[in-house]
Order: sequence, then structure tokens, then C-alpha cells
Amino acid sequence: MSDSQTDRTGPRTLFEKVWSEHIVREDAGAPAVLYVDLHLVHEVTSPQAFDGLRARGLKFRRTDRTVATMDHSTPTLPRRLAVVDPQAAAQLAKLKANCAEFGVTLYDLDSAEQGIVHVIGPELGVTQPGCTIVCGDSHTSTHGAFGALAFGIGTSEVEHVMATQCLLQSRPKTLEVRVDGKLPAGVGAKDIILAVIAKIGTGGATGHVIEYRGTAIEALGMEERMTVCNMSIEAGARAGMIAPDETTFEWLEGRRFAPKGDAWTAAVAKWKTLKTDPGAKFDASVSLDANTLAPMITYGTNPGMGIPVTGNLPAAGTGETASDRAALAKALDYMGLTAGAPIAGQRVDVVFIGSCTNSRMGDLRSAASVFKGRKVAPNVRVLVVPGSKAVKRQAEAEGLDVVFKDAGAEWRESGCSMCIAMNGDQLSPGQYAVSTSNRNFEGRQGRGGRTLLASPLTAAAAAVTGKVTDPRTLMGGAT
Amino acid sequence: MKIEAKDPFTTLAATFVVLPADNVDTDQIIPARFLKVTDKKGLGDSVFADWRRLPDGSVNTDFPLNRPDAKGAQILVAGQNFGCGSSREHAPWALVGWGLRAIIAPSFADIFKGNAMKNGLLPIAVDAAFHARILEARRADPAARIAVDLPAQTVALEGQPPVRFEIDPFAKECLVHGIDELGYLLERSADIDRYEAKHA
Repeated sequence: MSDSQTDRTGPRTLFEKVWSEHIVREDAGAPAVLYVDLHLVHEVTSPQAFDGLRARGLKFRRTDRTVATMDHSTPTLPRRLAVVDPQAAAQLAKLKANCAEFGVTLYDLDSAEQGIVHVIGPELGVTQPGCTIVCGDSHTSTHGAFGALAFGIGTSEVEHVMATQCLLQSRPKTLEVRVDGKLPAGVGAKDIILAVIAKIGTGGATGHVIEYRGTAIEALGMEERMTVCNMSIEAGARAGMIAPDETTFEWLEGRRFAPKGDAWTAAVAKWKTLKTDPGAKFDASVSLDANTLAPMITYGTNPGMGIPVTGNLPAAGTGETASDRAALAKALDYMGLTAGAPIAGQRVDVVFIGSCTNSRMGDLRSAASVFKGRKVAPNVRVLVVPGSKAVKRQAEAEGLDVVFKDAGAEWRESGCSMCIAMNGDQLSPGQYAVSTSNRNFEGRQGRGGRTLLASPLTAAAAAVTGKVTDPRTLMGGAT
Repeated sequence: MKIEAKDPFTTLAATFVVLPADNVDTDQIIPARFLKVTDKKGLGDSVFADWRRLPDGSVNTDFPLNRPDAKGAQILVAGQNFGCGSSREHAPWALVGWGLRAIIAPSFADIFKGNAMKNGLLPIAVDAAFHARILEARRADPAARIAVDLPAQTVALEGQPPVRFEIDPFAKECLVHGIDELGYLLERSADIDRYEAKHA
């Protein structure tokens, strides 16, 4: 693979353009010093980094490039109730104290802008094309939907960025994921990304930055692009990116922190150059035909274990290696599912609609289209958790909250909620959940809980039927 | 300005535990409910919490880290794509807290690998043949030991010929000399100033 020094002349990928623009210094035998334009901070992965700054007597270099919010350990019960978990309360208090001490903007629980960090960044317009964006959270890849280079980092690196606004980064490889064609009705962004991960596996993109391209990607709206990029990490990718275009600019224009006036015109002119040049080479490439995709759902304990909702689980003994076969057997044992059986019809106890993957307006509208005029099936608990307070306000303005509540679903406050189950929202052992979140790892949604990942449409279909159901059978409204 | 020096990592010879599953994610290494702490210490007791304890709360005596022969082990031998999922640095904090200094696996997830090295936990990627030999040696002798020589970039079953492993040269330098990456970045402040001036 050529290094960035030699790439500056020939055709370049979107990634190479953003990467080289942010190199502060590159020494032989050392990773690049990469500049970070935007640092997003939340309560779970930041306290030890703030402590590190204090212990070393370091200054916080660019508070003006830092935005903090509370989302992970945040309860989604009405905000007037106190945070009952003392450890979570202490963590939230610590973030507030740290942000006050160092002068970092914090959208806390009482703020009108609070929400999941990957929902509010784009909403506020701080997420912009061509930026480098990091956060102590692996789903930072979400912001790549805008043509930003955005990736998750650990707490040590959170401290590095606080102190220097830079990171030491080895240059990743590039992976082109092409999705051409037209998505059939009832098939959306979540189904694309679940199909991609099912194809390449949870480690399939390790060491790579993905660029999603092709006519089916270009046809997606911004929220859908965020859903796709969000789950790049579930294929092991360092980041996922989509070239900015008119859809991107239209979505961003007028947002609070987006450039205004002449600055906007200049920014758009620059952003238009952020696309992969004809003839630029990727280190690897895979492609998918959108025309043949169906609603996807996972059956196992990693996001690569996905099948069409109309399909059957793999037969016993499926797998290239002994290790693959063992992994399948272990996953099916944990999930309590039968090899070779159809996934449709599987009993569901809980439906979760939310998370940084699927908690935006389009997701809620899509789910509401199924709930409208229908009731949640008996013995099913349904949580609908908007990604931010802004999403909650907009959904309420459109009357979606009434649709959810009339159907028998819970309409909650914004936060990560049952995606991470460290805030009171969680499954009981053995329960089956169809969830619009991003991870179906063992215990991810509560110890012993069994997660089936799917789109908001498929999740809503499960909610009203009480079992895994092809949402296309319910489209066109209640009968 | 005080730059923290870390303990150097040079050689290690120790017994090991084997957790052969592929794709062990960081939610297994340290479940999210333990992430409400605000410091790095004390997570060792919770490493692999949901695998180390049965649903009724009793100790799962079959789990490799709970077996008597795991006592004193400083190396974990794992399956491929170890550490996938969440970016939580609590994962290496918990592994180190339990007493581990190195993980040997066919492959690692990117963020975990970076986080591990920043905490003196050495990820060693080995090929399938050597991985199989380690598992075989462990089956034959629970007291089998592994020797790691980071400066030489070799790993060996004790008493057998060493094999070479690859590691990013900069990461190796940092581990061997206990160099802290933040110190390195801070020394480049003038470059950062220049970059910011140019891009203001």
C-alpha cells in the first residue's frame, strides 16, 4: 500500500482527502499526528480522562471544539424523577463538574439539546463534511454519513484529544462497499447494513475505513446514511464514510452551528470536492445488489449473524471452520433457537425502538406507520426512545407519541436506553427482544437477554404481532 | 508539566489461560453495568462477569479463569477478532486488573488493540498453526508456560523454539521504554500550533 505522501498527486479516495488534510506531522517509524476537528464527550468514557488532565496539570486545549452530553447511563424515565442509581447519578454529576471546571459546553439532562451524542452532533450542525470527529464511543462512525472521518476512541485517547486536539493514528486501509440498484418497498438502511455485515462478518473490515457508494447509497436520506455508517464498527471497520452531496447540504443548511451566509457558500464549494476521484483505488471492495435485499434480522450473538426475515436459521453444522461451527452452536444455545428453523414466527417479549442507530424522525415515522390503528400484542413490552429531545419534540408535534401510546407502547425520554442496559432499561434473562439497536452480543440488553437486531419497520411489525414478522405483510396501514 | 512514565514491558514468562471462542466482544470482557465507575481501578473482579458467574450468582467453576490452574496466569490465549465491539477502555483495565499482561490471539479488533497497548497489555497476533500448538500444549500440561520477548518480537512455548510476531514499531517502542503517547504528542505542540494557525 502506498503512503499518503505519494497519494497526493494521483486520484484519491474520499478517505485519503480527509485524512491528508488533517495530518499535523508525519515522521518515519511513527503514526501520523492527526488533528481532530470535533470531540464529542459523554459521561461514561470521560471521567478518567478529565482526572488524567488534572493529575498531570494539563490544560484542555480546545474546549471550543468539544461538545458534551449525557446519554449512556441516563434514565429515560420522566426527567423530573431523580436518577435513582447512585453510581449513575455520581457519574452524571462528575461530568457536570468536569465540564464546568474545564469550560466545556455540556448539554445535560435539563438542556433542550440533550440526546444521544451521535444524534445531537448532526442535529446541531457541528458534524460537517470533511471533518475529523472522535468520541469515546465506537458508534462515532455514524458521523461518516456526512463525509466526515469519524471514529471511536478509548479513554486514554479521549485524554490525548483533550490535551492536544490530536491523536496518533496509523493510516487505515480502505474498503469500498458498493450497493447499487433500488431498494424494494419495506427494505431500508438498516437492512443494507445488516446484509453487509452478514456478508463480510464482524471482523471483515478490521483495519479499514469503509466508503459506502453506489446508487442505492446515493438514494438514501441523511438519517438513513447515518444508520448505515453507524454500524460500520460492527464489521470491525475503523470508520464508515459516504461522500457528501446535495442531500447532505440540504440537510445541514440552517442548522445551529452550520456555516452561514458567505461562509456557507464557501463551505459547500469545498465540500463538493470531497468525493473519490475516478480511478482512485481501494484496498478492497465488496458489492451488494439492493434490488434483491429483503428485511434483515439477526438470530445470533454478533451482528454478522443476520438473515432475511423470510429466511431460515443456518442448518446445524454450518460453517467453514470448526471454530465457526462451534460459534454457531454456542450462539443458538444462548439464543434458544433451533438450527434450520424459520426465524419468522419466533416469539417476542420486548421491542426496543431507539439507539444511535435508529432513533431519528424517519425511524419513528416508519415505526408509527405500522403502529397506527394497531395495538401492541398481548404480553409484549414496547419501548420507543427518541434519540434526542429535539427528536422527541418533533415527534410530539407530529402526533407520533399519541400513535405509540394509543398502540400500547411506552414513549420515553431520550438516551441510549436499552441498547446498552446501564440505565435501568433492560431485558430479563431469557427474554426475546427485537431491537433497532446495533449489538446483539450476549447480555448486551440485560443479562441473559436475547436480542434480534432489525429495522424500525420490522421491530414495529414484531410489536403488533408478538412474533418475528415480515413487515411487508403489514404495510399499507391497519386493516 | 508532568509526563507519566509507564512500567516498561520487555519480557514475560508465565502460565496462561485459554478462552478459545472467536469474536469475544468487550461487552463480555466487562458488561456495561460495570461502566458506571469513574476511575480505572477495581474492575478486575468484574472481568468476564457474566461468564464467571452462573445466573444464580454462584461461581462458574468451569470457566477457564475460575479454575485453580488459572491462578497466577498472566497470559490469555483467545480466539480471533478478540475485543470486538465497544471502544470501552474498561476492557483492558479489567483484564489488567485481573492480572493479565498479554493476550495471544489470531487477530484483534482495532480499538481494543490500541486501548490494550496504552495500558501495558500486549496483544500478540499469531498464526493458526502456532495458536493450535499452544492449545495442544495446554491440554497436555496445565502448567505449560509461554515466554514473550517483546524487544525480540518473539513468543514461545517454554522449552520450544520461539516464533516471531508482528507489532507496530512505534507501539513496541512505547511499551519497551514505558513511553507515554500523550508525552509524545505534547512534545509536538509547536507543530499543532502551526497547523491550527494555518487552518484557523
